[in-house]
Amino acid sequence: MSTSSSVRTDDPPAVVLTGITKRFPGVVANSDVHLTVRRGEVHALCGENGAGKSTLMKILYGMQPPDEGTIEVSGEQVRFRTPSDAIKAGIGMVHQHFMLADNLTVQENVVLGAEALHGIGQKARKRIIELSGKTGLNVDPGVLVEQLGVADRQRVEILKVLYRGAKVIILDEPTAVLVPQEVNELFDTVRGMQEQGYTFLFISHKLDEVRAIADSVTVIRRGTTVGSADPKTVSSRQLAEMMVGSELPSPETRESTVTDTVVLDVKGLKLMTPDGSRPILDDVDLVVRSGEVVGIAGVEGNGQTELVETIMGMRKAGSGTITLQDNDLTKLGTLARREAGIGYIPEDRHRHGLLLTQPLWYNRILGYQTRKPTSKGIWLDTDGAKKDTERIVTEFDVRTPGIDVPAAALSGGNQQKLVVGRELSGDPVLLIASHPTRGVDVGAQALIWDEIKRARAAGLAVLLISADLDELIGLSDTIKVMLRGRLVADADPNTVTPEDLGSAMTGAGSTSAAVQETAVVEEGEN
Amino acid sequence: MGHLRGKLLPPALAIVFSMLLCGVALIISGANPLSAFGAMISQVGKGTTTVDIINSTGIYYIAALAVAIGFQMNLFNIGVEGQYRVAAVVAAVVGGSIALPPGIHTLVIIIAGALAGAAWAAIPAILKVTRGVNEVISTIMMNGLAIGLSAYLIRRDVFGELRGNNIRTAEIPESGWMPGISFGGGGTMFGFLFVAIALGVGYWIMMNRTRFGFELRASGESATAASAGGVNAKKMVLVSMLLSGAIAGLIGLPEMLGRDHTFSLNFTAGIGFSGIAIALLGRNHPGGIAFGALLWAFLDKSGLALDNVGVPREIVTIMQGSIVLSVVVAYEVVRRFELASEQRRVGRELGTVGGAA
Repeated sequence: MSTSSSVRTDDPPAVVLTGITKRFPGVVANSDVHLTVRRGEVHALCGENGAGKSTLMKILYGMQPPDEGTIEVSGEQVRFRTPSDAIKAGIGMVHQHFMLADNLTVQENVVLGAEALHGIGQKARKRIIELSGKTGLNVDPGVLVEQLGVADRQRVEILKVLYRGAKVIILDEPTAVLVPQEVNELFDTVRGMQEQGYTFLFISHKLDEVRAIADSVTVIRRGTTVGSADPKTVSSRQLAEMMVGSELPSPETRESTVTDTVVLDVKGLKLMTPDGSRPILDDVDLVVRSGEVVGIAGVEGNGQTELVETIMGMRKAGSGTITLQDNDLTKLGTLARREAGIGYIPEDRHRHGLLLTQPLWYNRILGYQTRKPTSKGIWLDTDGAKKDTERIVTEFDVRTPGIDVPAAALSGGNQQKLVVGRELSGDPVLLIASHPTRGVDVGAQALIWDEIKRARAAGLAVLLISADLDELIGLSDTIKVMLRGRLVADADPNTVTPEDLGSAMTGAGSTSAAVQETAVVEEGEN
Repeated sequence: MGHLRGKLLPPALAIVFSMLLCGVALIISGANPLSAFGAMISQVGKGTTTVDIINSTGIYYIAALAVAIGFQMNLFNIGVEGQYRVAAVVAAVVGGSIALPPGIHTLVIIIAGALAGAAWAAIPAILKVTRGVNEVISTIMMNGLAIGLSAYLIRRDVFGELRGNNIRTAEIPESGWMPGISFGGGGTMFGFLFVAIALGVGYWIMMNRTRFGFELRASGESATAASAGGVNAKKMVLVSMLLSGAIAGLIGLPEMLGRDHTFSLNFTAGIGFSGIAIALLGRNHPGGIAFGALLWAFLDKSGLALDNVGVPREIVTIMQGSIVLSVVVAYEVVRRFELASEQRRVGRELGTVGGAA
């Protein structure tokens, strides 16, 4: 037997999904999905972004009813109307984005909503301490969640579902917020719990992780299960091909196009929290040259978003200067900065990039309402906007029946191609790309990478922020690591590995010659 | 076309629904709904009712435009009521105290009204931009202040004078009047109606063809996307509030320039609130607002006939209320349906039904 000894094959399977179909307006998120999870195993569900993994898990967790198909738990057919039905059946879910109240203690977070189980006092506390051991959480239940790191917060999430009696635990992209070292710790926890009889459904699109932790793998593509694999024998390449149905694109850039011309020069940038208690950006110096991609690595929430929004003028810096090609932007508003030649791909295209109910051509005007070809003086040039939108649709392969459909009707990848096309219009000198390929399909990802590379070769300066370390290493000419609002280290993308970057991102210190610390990190700043 | 259906269906549904609702209310109160509705419709041809409806439509139209400008960027100017009251007093005082050639005199009164309305709206606008005070709260409070201020301004020891039982401002000389179109016994149509039409056209051009209109709509659709696109949110709040107030300042003028020539205790109140309902009904669209204003005016004026058939006139208020309520619901239902069908259509045309949202 190649799988772990804890997998029991003779018992009825922990979970069986048969013929699950779920339709949303415009798309079939899941069609005829079959999935069998044996008791005591770690079962990975793989698929690229948007393949329908999350929808499937929401169905299993009772958040959405399936249109067709059945769910069996431990051999019995069940129908979940709400997540509490699923919890009663012993299924728990740890969401990708933590659902914890920072201002409450660990105990309060765990007990919240499950007060009926063991009350809220000593009994609950005892039970939490008992379960803490299983998750590797070594903190007192009375500690505030805001004092915990990311890895410990995740343990609290797992603790929450254990407390509610879960035997089958769904981990939705659990490693997305972790650096490589923390991922290993999480895997140790998972293995330890697996020995004690817990079953895991591990959702991921990171193939190395899947092969490291899973006992069996089911691959989902375009909403349907396309096959299973044994992670011990399958290669990452084979898995990838199952996932996308073709070869994976690579972010790799070939030769350097970096010039000496400084395009963006940020000096001593400082930004405080709204209450002024703590710096979000602390003395940031940054230079981006023509033809150069500067990547910013960092665990989310270390000031990357704020850095971008401060450079864009959406937040007001406390001190410091921002210069673009000899233009002092420090005192200018967002529109003037855009006019000076900054293109901006925001990290959340729905919130910051698009007017969702408006037609595509109307979205073309956003950010360009003062410039040709979309406006003339105080008047809009709707013909010019429409014509230029047609151009973007053709050049950037935006799949749409026309430019009059509302932006919301397009898929995420096509929306993003529209945004990228718009932001590369009007000859920008600097492109700020925040997570430019987050949540898009492989085809769109490849196209966006190509466009960024092409613009870079033509002399564009690019500031790239990404949580996808492969993307960051592949595209960047220079990588800077951001930690607690500071740029603490430089890394060479030619030699650095994701693991090296990971330890620099957590402030564990450099472990490799490819990462050079540029600032001393003061511990306990919070 | 699906587009037109999406725009016309909700108000039609809402009107039918509210008629049914009022019919039920009438039956419960022991009246015959058919004879009540019949009386309302036949009232239109009687006396000055037709012209009254048209005049009233114009006034409501201006009020709804003022509200709609704010609504376009999710700014709730509840203070139109107070803005037009203060503006009316100021316009009347200015008009009554100067002597200018015809035409110019009228123009000065109009400008005075617009400026006064804008100034009254500037207070909540500045409070919102500098201190983050919610405009709903501040404009409602400003409405209360407006009543007090206008009452003070027409005191006899300030700008007012006593005429019979009524206190009013000095009469505007004839050079400041705006001539109307007389239909003899059918009444006189206010000349200011043409200003209302011009405002509607200007509003459409501004919203659809200018950069300002784009920024206004973008801010209303998504404040975050607008700010990333370089729209200055504070400036938009300030400008749209001032514009809204300036248009609100014109609401009192059709009656003042065309009939009353003074601000008195008989001043017509409540139009600002009707404007909110009509802007909702018309979905901030200049054509939709015109239709809403006409409907409102019809209900108002022909509702007077209900007394003749022994039905309480207040049934009209119920009908107006239920129309607004049901139109809001109907628009939302139709909007979701249309978006879903649009997504389905795009999916079908691309043949990519598959892949999750």
